[in-house]
Amino acid sequence: MKLNIKSGKVDMSHGSGGRAMMQLIKELFAKHLDNEYLRQGNDGACFPVAAGRMVMASDGHVISPLFFPGGDIGSLAVHGTVNDVAMSGAKPLYLSASFILEEGYPLADLERIVMSMAEAAKSAGVSVITGDTKVVEQGKGDGVFITTTGVGTVPAGVNISGERAQVGDAILISGSIGDHGVAILSKRENLEFETTIESDSAALHGLAANMIQAVPDIHCLRDPTRGGLATTLNELAQQSAVGVQLNESAIPVKPQVAAACELLGLDPLYIANEGKLIAICSQADAENLLSAMRDHPLGKEAAIIGTVVEDTHHLVQMETRFGGQRVVDFLAGEQLPRIC
Amino acid sequence: MKYIDEFRDQAQAKAIAAAIAREARPEHHYRLMEFCGGHTHAIFRYGVPDLMPDNVEFVHGPGCPVCVLPIGRLDEAMQMVEKHEVILCTYGDMMRVPGGKRRSLMQAKADGADVRMVYSTQDALKIARDHPDKQVVFFAIGFETTTPPTAVAIKHAKQEGLKNFSVFCNHLLTPAALGALLDAETQVAIDGFLGPSHVSTIIGSAAYEPFAQKYNKPIVIAGFEPLDVMQSTLMAIRLLNDGRNIVENEYTRAVTPEGNRKAQALMSEVFELRDTFEWRGLGLIPESALKLRHEFSEFDAEMRFPVQAQPVTDVKGCECPAILRGQKKPQDCKLFGTVCTPENPMGSCMVSSEGACAAHWSYGRFRGAA
Amino acid sequence: MCLAIPAEVLVVEGDVAQVSVGGVKKEVSIALVDDVNVGDYLLIHVGYALNKISPEEAQKTLELFAEAGMLPNEPEAAS
Repeated sequence: MKLNIKSGKVDMSHGSGGRAMMQLIKELFAKHLDNEYLRQGNDGACFPVAAGRMVMASDGHVISPLFFPGGDIGSLAVHGTVNDVAMSGAKPLYLSASFILEEGYPLADLERIVMSMAEAAKSAGVSVITGDTKVVEQGKGDGVFITTTGVGTVPAGVNISGERAQVGDAILISGSIGDHGVAILSKRENLEFETTIESDSAALHGLAANMIQAVPDIHCLRDPTRGGLATTLNELAQQSAVGVQLNESAIPVKPQVAAACELLGLDPLYIANEGKLIAICSQADAENLLSAMRDHPLGKEAAIIGTVVEDTHHLVQMETRFGGQRVVDFLAGEQLPRIC
Repeated sequence: MKYIDEFRDQAQAKAIAAAIAREARPEHHYRLMEFCGGHTHAIFRYGVPDLMPDNVEFVHGPGCPVCVLPIGRLDEAMQMVEKHEVILCTYGDMMRVPGGKRRSLMQAKADGADVRMVYSTQDALKIARDHPDKQVVFFAIGFETTTPPTAVAIKHAKQEGLKNFSVFCNHLLTPAALGALLDAETQVAIDGFLGPSHVSTIIGSAAYEPFAQKYNKPIVIAGFEPLDVMQSTLMAIRLLNDGRNIVENEYTRAVTPEGNRKAQALMSEVFELRDTFEWRGLGLIPESALKLRHEFSEFDAEMRFPVQAQPVTDVKGCECPAILRGQKKPQDCKLFGTVCTPENPMGSCMVSSEGACAAHWSYGRFRGAA
Repeated sequence: MCLAIPAEVLVVEGDVAQVSVGGVKKEVSIALVDDVNVGDYLLIHVGYALNKISPEEAQKTLELFAEAGMLPNEPEAAS
């Protein structure tokens, strides 16, 4: 008897290692994520390794809602880990995906998520070669949690790392900030507002590869996810023991993102992005890098937004659109909408 | 965004800054209190102090309803949600304020209390309608801007005959705070005031006239955008130079002398004055806060859920009281930046993002040191 | 003390209006404001309109800014 995806729900037997679980894997996961490794049906995937260096990165995905404008937890999981691997300058190859499912979750929705994952993986040129499934009792999960781990190979001569930012370097962003966070917020209960903003969730390794080809000596790459541009720049400033001077007028923000932030009292600098990257390179390389970014579909709105400066306090500071200076600190706790 | 972007124009900012520099008399030090927390936030966010000459200084006032709410009241709200197991609806601003024993609503939520952040009183009403089996309490804070929305919700609840909705009322009145500040024994040398934008939209600019007259200080009702703040500063400097202690309105696009009569009527219909209320940092101020009128007492959470009011003292060394009165600056507090940071706030000046300490930390703490 | 933002009225339905801020739409209560029409600009705070924004006064204010910045016959002061 085939798995009843149309109206069936996840139940405890799907995680117990027995026939029900095998059926779920075969008729849902492996069916859509299909590749030679999954077809082998082993617990682990054995693959050849190139000589040189590899990168491994891991992410847990607990986003809510699971489906949002511009994506879902499945595509987000693939993009997130592909991007982490790509930020070290590596070519992503393989992913693992562990699912923790909540008892009662509709199989039809699970299939949508897995199909979305498969699509994202295919577009990114990576395969999900191994994984795991567990089920928790109703009330103990949020529908679906996904943990992905990815591996990739780093080409020789590429040395991209958070502590390599140097005084005088240029700081670039690949496009507008705050899109993902605003798209998610627009679907949250009690905050409903209508917007055409969609999540920018995307795999950035193609863009990153082009950038490295144009400017092999990129110092740093990082994607500003949770905590936004501000938090990521603060992390880099700390790691490299430098300061940052930003130019607010140069930072691209979509008008609707700016408007949603005004409405809720939020700052776009702290809002998550899932399809953007920050690059730091020497001042001399900046224009070349900018061109390479703008030539790629995911970098059309790329901009030079600041400079790395000398600063014993390792602060990120910004010249405001208004002409004054402000400090852009680490995010303290979660950013909450405010009335004041 | 219309009516926003035009009021943030950099070229205009430079021009007005030049005018301020020209007209501020070099022998005088101008101390202007921006009463409203929203102004504090805007001033720091746009870096307005950088555009001021050295002898023009902004002093941050107590217009931050989160900052002036005594810890004891927050604890009462926590008792309601924890002992009486209500659904407590609150604005985001209150979620991380540390109460007694340094616990916040966010932590109570982590411990299992049903605390829900809402954007509007309408959301709280909806939660009450959706959960007829549970009691819903709305944690009402704010000055006169935020009070009419609470009044509307209470009236809706009465019209609908909602049995499970009530309000824990901590609404405060701006003129009373202004008076208390000016009456204070330890006088702070404040030359003039930048009056709140949106409170004034409700109460009207005329409400400030008695204060300008009695205390001989000019008050300029300032709009919310940075150009409004700068223009208002220029207007205040001019008034001070001319010795004119009157009320002027810069925010004419939203504030009239009489204010919003409809909103005022609604407030009077639903609320009445408390004899006295404790303000953190300013002590007991008579007729400075509101409670629900008798006709609406069924919606008064304090009557429905009697809780024990425990006086809670501020953390030792915390200078929030002096900072709220504009007597000290964040940097003057020994706890600032050492024990007290946004991650670990000791007092509400640090937790509320418009509190003087949080604003100074986020936007300007190395300004002097550079 | 209070974060309020100007929004344009798109639809009016009884005590509720759909407004837009820079393309982001939200439903707000207009229980506090009389005589609201499509095309009006309202000041929005915690899901309620507090007041109308006067376009004439807004224009006047912008003109005042421009005036304040203009130098009569004085030399440019260093700032």
